[in-house]
Amino acid sequence: MKKNIVSSTLITSTLIIIFLVFLNSEEVLSDDDHYEWGLSSFKTTDVLPVNNAIYKEECGSCHMAYSPGLLPANSWKKMMLGLENHFGDNAELDAEMNKTLLSYLIENAADHSEYRRSKKFAGSLANKAVDRITLIPYFIRKHDKIPKRFIADNPKLSSFSQCEQCHQKAEKGSFDEDEVNIPGIGYWED
Amino acid sequence: MNKYVHKNRILVAVLMILSFNTWAADQSELLNQYLRQGATSLSADRGQKLWYGTINGEAPFTKRSCTSCHTKNSKNIGRHIRTNKAIKPMAPSVNPQILNNAKKVEKWFKRNCKWTFGRECTQQEKGDIITYIQTQ
Repeated sequence: MKKNIVSSTLITSTLIIIFLVFLNSEEVLSDDDHYEWGLSSFKTTDVLPVNNAIYKEECGSCHMAYSPGLLPANSWKKMMLGLENHFGDNAELDAEMNKTLLSYLIENAADHSEYRRSKKFAGSLANKAVDRITLIPYFIRKHDKIPKRFIADNPKLSSFSQCEQCHQKAEKGSFDEDEVNIPGIGYWED
Repeated sequence: MNKYVHKNRILVAVLMILSFNTWAADQSELLNQYLRQGATSLSADRGQKLWYGTINGEAPFTKRSCTSCHTKNSKNIGRHIRTNKAIKPMAPSVNPQILNNAKKVEKWFKRNCKWTFGRECTQQEKGDIITYIQTQ
């Protein structure tokens, strides 16, 4: 009986160790978009999915509620100070709401996040302040092969601002290249 | 019928009636507030003129109107002029909740009057616009 317990404990711990090693190798061996080990089901998301109902309501009426992990804290601070002229629109909030949302944004900003692509967003900026997600070097590098007619001249899009139109799981925090389906164009192949 | 389920149904019904009353109260309270703050009698006709009026604005949207985003038919789903994101219809006949949260109404008046008219709307204008929207 005792022998049985020992051997089952051994087997369980070996399985756990193998599992953990696999998870780690996935991190190490993966390139930007593809996982060599076919274990992508273990990967949860690329950036934090928006998990704050107030933020979703207040910042998701005119555009997708962007994940806080898509911009660094200093960019969010700057943006929340200038909501009266928010890229040409008025998006004013009362002071208390502004404060509440800013603390959510800062807490989960790209440079404070453990999510894979948030780290890349923040890393590629190297402390430079930008006021648009589309000005982040990592973003630019990831979208520079897409012809102008697919986005800017595409009547269904006209700009990169609607992530979710192409990245079908954007609102779940997933930006995998295999999930890209450009409206009026189709699935994207690099 | 299970007593528990029955009890729950009554509770839901009571809550629905209560919340409906609060909404309705919110709407008329808002109009009363505008009246107390200087609006005189409210007019759907004046509201309609404001709704469809066109104002000059900065490029790229040199002609601005409520209908820029809410479309010429307030029963339709609107589209944000810049991002193209869908906006729920403004007409209470198809979207009964639209005017039921005074705080929300005030927030959008502030933002949208500034964008469309280049200034905040007066209490009179807001009251007239709501009175017009209520007829839709």
